[in-house]
Order: sequence, then C-alpha cells, then structure tokens
Amino acid sequence: MIENRPFLNFLTHLTLIIGVALVALPVWVAFVASTHTATDFGSGTIPMWPGPHLIENYSRMLDSGLSTSGTPPVARMVLNSLIMALAIAFGKIIISILSAFAIVYFRFPLRMFAFWCIFVTLMLPVEVRIVPTFQVVAGLGLLNSYAGLSIPLIASATATFLFRQVFLTMPDELVEAARIDGAGPMKFFRDILLPLSRTNIAALFVILFIYGWNQYLWPLLITTDAQYYTIVAGIKRMADAVDGLPQWHLVMATAIMAMLPPVAVVIGMQRLFVKGLVETEK
Amino acid sequence: MKRTIFSNQLLPWLLLAPQLAITFIFFIWPAAQAVWQSFLREDAFGIRSTFVGMENYLRLMDSPEYLNSMQVTLVFAVLVTVLSMGFSLLLAVAADRTLRSARAYTTLLVWPYAVAPAVAGILWWFIFNPTIGILPFLLEQIGYDWNHISNPNEAMALVVIASAWKQISYNFLFFVAGLQAIPASLREAAAIDGAGPVKRFFTITFPLLSPTTFFLLVVNIVYAMFETFAVIDSTTEGGPAQATNIMVYKVYFDGFVGQNMGSSGAQSVILMLIVIALTVIQFRWVEKKVAY
Repeated sequence: MIENRPFLNFLTHLTLIIGVALVALPVWVAFVASTHTATDFGSGTIPMWPGPHLIENYSRMLDSGLSTSGTPPVARMVLNSLIMALAIAFGKIIISILSAFAIVYFRFPLRMFAFWCIFVTLMLPVEVRIVPTFQVVAGLGLLNSYAGLSIPLIASATATFLFRQVFLTMPDELVEAARIDGAGPMKFFRDILLPLSRTNIAALFVILFIYGWNQYLWPLLITTDAQYYTIVAGIKRMADAVDGLPQWHLVMATAIMAMLPPVAVVIGMQRLFVKGLVETEK
Repeated sequence: MKRTIFSNQLLPWLLLAPQLAITFIFFIWPAAQAVWQSFLREDAFGIRSTFVGMENYLRLMDSPEYLNSMQVTLVFAVLVTVLSMGFSLLLAVAADRTLRSARAYTTLLVWPYAVAPAVAGILWWFIFNPTIGILPFLLEQIGYDWNHISNPNEAMALVVIASAWKQISYNFLFFVAGLQAIPASLREAAAIDGAGPVKRFFTITFPLLSPTTFFLLVVNIVYAMFETFAVIDSTTEGGPAQATNIMVYKVYFDGFVGQNMGSSGAQSVILMLIVIALTVIQFRWVEKKVAY
C-alpha cells in the first residue's frame, strides 16, 4: 500500500465483500432451495434460509434419483463423471508428455509437420466440429461407452505446449550427463524428466480434471443409455422434466453435488491450480 | 532449441503415435468432413448427396436467421466480455490494494472457475425463474414484470449474466497476476509526485496492464463464442424467437435437430475460420513475450 487512506481502504474492502457476495449468490440460493420441500416454493414466498430437509433431499437423489426424468441415481452419474474426468486428465497428460518429449529431445524428418498437426487442434473446439466427430465416434461403435466419452476429448495441444515449455527450460547438461552415464532416452525420461516435471503434472491434472468433469455437450450427445449419463449433462435432463410438478429442490441438490467435487479440487489445490492455469494459457 | 538430443529415428514416432492417432481420428478427419459436407447438398431422405460448390455458403449469407445469429453472437460476446472483464478488473484492483487479505479474497473469488457452464446456466435460470425465482420477485416489488421465456432482451440478459458470472474468476486471476507484475516503485514515484489513486490507475496501472487486458479480451471472446454452448442449451435453447441463438448453438441445432448437414457444415467452417483468426491474433501477441 502506497499511502494510508482510511476511506479508500474501507471502499476497497466493501467492493470486495459485495463482489464475493454477488459471486456467491446463485450458489447460496441453490443451496437454500435444496434444503426445502417442493411445497415450500408453491406458496409464492421464496425461502432465504436453509430448511430442515437437507439430508432427506440429498440422500434421496444419491440413492434413487429423479425417476420421472429417466436419469439414474446421482451416485451413478457422479461415478461416470469421475471416470470420465480421470480418464481425460490421465490420458491427456500421458499422450502430451510423450509427444512433447519426442518433439523437444529428438530431431527427425517431418518433426515440424507433426508439431503443426498437434497445433491445429487448438483451433478446433469440439463444438465447432461436433456433427462429423459424432459420426466418427458412432462409426467406431463408441457410443455409450467410457472410451467414447473420454478419448475424443483427450487430444489437445495446450498440454503438449506446456510440457514443451517445461522441457525447453531444463538445462542441456542433464541430457549430457545422462548420456555419459550410459542412459538411453527412455531411462532419461523416466528417471530425470518425469520427476522434474512433477509439479507441472499435478497442476495440469487439476485443470484437466475440471475440464473433463464439466463437459456437457459431448456426453449429452453420445450417451443415450442412462447408465452412462454424467452428472453435468444429467442436470439438464432433470430440469427439462421439471415442467409438471416443481421438483426444483431436487434439481438444485443435484446442481450442488455436480459442482462440489471440482470446486473442492480448485480450493484445495489453489496454488497448483493457479500455476497450471497461468502456465497453460501462456 | 536443444543442443544435445537423442539420435533415435523410430522412437520419436512411437512417442508421438498416440497423440497423432487421436488427433487425426477425432480432430483432423472430422474437420475435413465438415469442410467436405459444406460443399454438398443432401436430398430430403439423406440418401443421395450432390456437390453444390459454394451454394450452402451463399444460402447462409441470404438467410435472415443466420444473419440474425451472427448479430446475436456479436452482441452476446461483447456484453459477456465487457461485463465480466469490467467486474473482474474492479475486484482485482481492490484485491491488489489489500496486501494482507488478498489471498483470502482470491480463495473466495476463484471457485466459480470450477462450476460447469451448464450448472451456471441452471443456477441463474432458477434465480430468474418467473414464478419462483428471487430476482423476478424483487423486480416485481419495484413494478417490473420479468419473463425471459417470452421477452428476447430479458433472455439475452439471463445468458449474458450466467456466462459472465462463470468467467469472473478466470479474469480475476489473470488481472491479479498482471497487477502484481507491475513494479511498486512506479506507483510510489507517482504518489510522491502527488498523483491520486484514480489518476495513478489511469496513467500507470491500466496502460501497464494492457498486455493482460488484450490477452483476456481474446480469451473472453473465444469463451463467449464457443464455450457458452452449455449455458444457452441449459437455459433458453436459443429462444425466444432466435434471440439467443448464437452461432455455435445454431451449428448444433441445424446439424443434429434439423439434420441439415450441408448448412451445418458450412457454418462449422465459418466458425473454424473465426477460431483460427482469433488464435493467430493471440499467438502473435504471445510470441512477443514467449519465444516458441
């Protein structure tokens, strides 16, 4: 702080507190709604404070779900989301660390061509090429499968770029020393490169887990079998079925459960998350 | 560029194989398909398709629905970007001022990053629900009748707010990082010269923050144009009367629901060109700071 201005300090904190409150508002409303019964909304007055039905609503959704919407129990959808998010995070990290290793530590014909093939994926968000990608996945018989949920989202250049940057900053002497000691490329990769990239891997994992968990359009399209629904895509199916009887308290309970795991990961691993985010985007 | 390298010729290809295979099967091949389909016209039963050249593109340029969708996208992207960046900058400047509690505020502001756009849409949809939502209830107290299901402007406001809300934490983090990179000595010198906080912000902080601002501008436009699909689909589904039918949503709707592959393909290609342009702009800027 450059100079002491009590009024400005007060204004600063006031701005931040209002900001935090505004940002938290929708989640608070959803949480309050998830602790009431359907009839509490019917009267027209909106509850502002949590009601007594928290455990009842949440355990009901986890166990049996909203059968009228055709969605499975929330526990099942959370499991599917978890499998999908983990498969995407691990898959992306593995294939991009290998390809970054190849691009940085080898010289071979068509090296730049391979690099550009990977680079173009930056420019093709899944939403843009959605119809033909769906046709490819359907043609491969991957609809309603965990492979179909995760593999098409695994390739992307950002993770490759991150590892490339990390490897480029590592001193050349490491390779020289490894070679003098008689280590081959894979031994060098396993014993030196991997341990030195540990924090980058962890940071990237946080980002990719959230990316995978929050996928919406892709799981919505390629899953028609309720056993493979993910929770983020499942909420929409529930909300659509809500028209008849207002089941808002149950939809909101599901929404809270859908955001809890990724939010917990971000808050718990804040330092790594910020590091990963800033590095991946640069 | 590394001086010391390994000399194998086969091994690098084995290492690249998984990523290249997935890239070709799920990215390059479908993208090529989209380009190819954009030049075809299928008959009503989807059995035969004929090559029609640029006809699908020309039809799009003539279609009032498509022109409307472009306009909606533009308005939407500008509103989301301005709202979210403005709010985030305000909070970042405030957090940067409170040296001691900056970390606590960051924790309190960072978590919406982890909320899925679809969930963000559902949350705001609930808040704005005309019959039981809180905001329509409050608006009614001051005599305003909110109904985004029939009012196009209110529907747009709803998707803009939900999309901007989701992006606040991201912009906030980058603005805070940008602010912390500005040397304190510059602002101290200006303070000694008698410049007040407001003047310091506009003459020193904001110009020095312009690289971050520009980077975020591109990222936010890309976000608003492509990643808000879930927000739209979980709330307004492009309605009412096409008022929130952004281009990404229209590609999906025409392709999957309308089964018009030629038109959907042509729209995909136009979107790809926009993404490529934005990516090139972003990388040209990044190149100045980081050498690839």
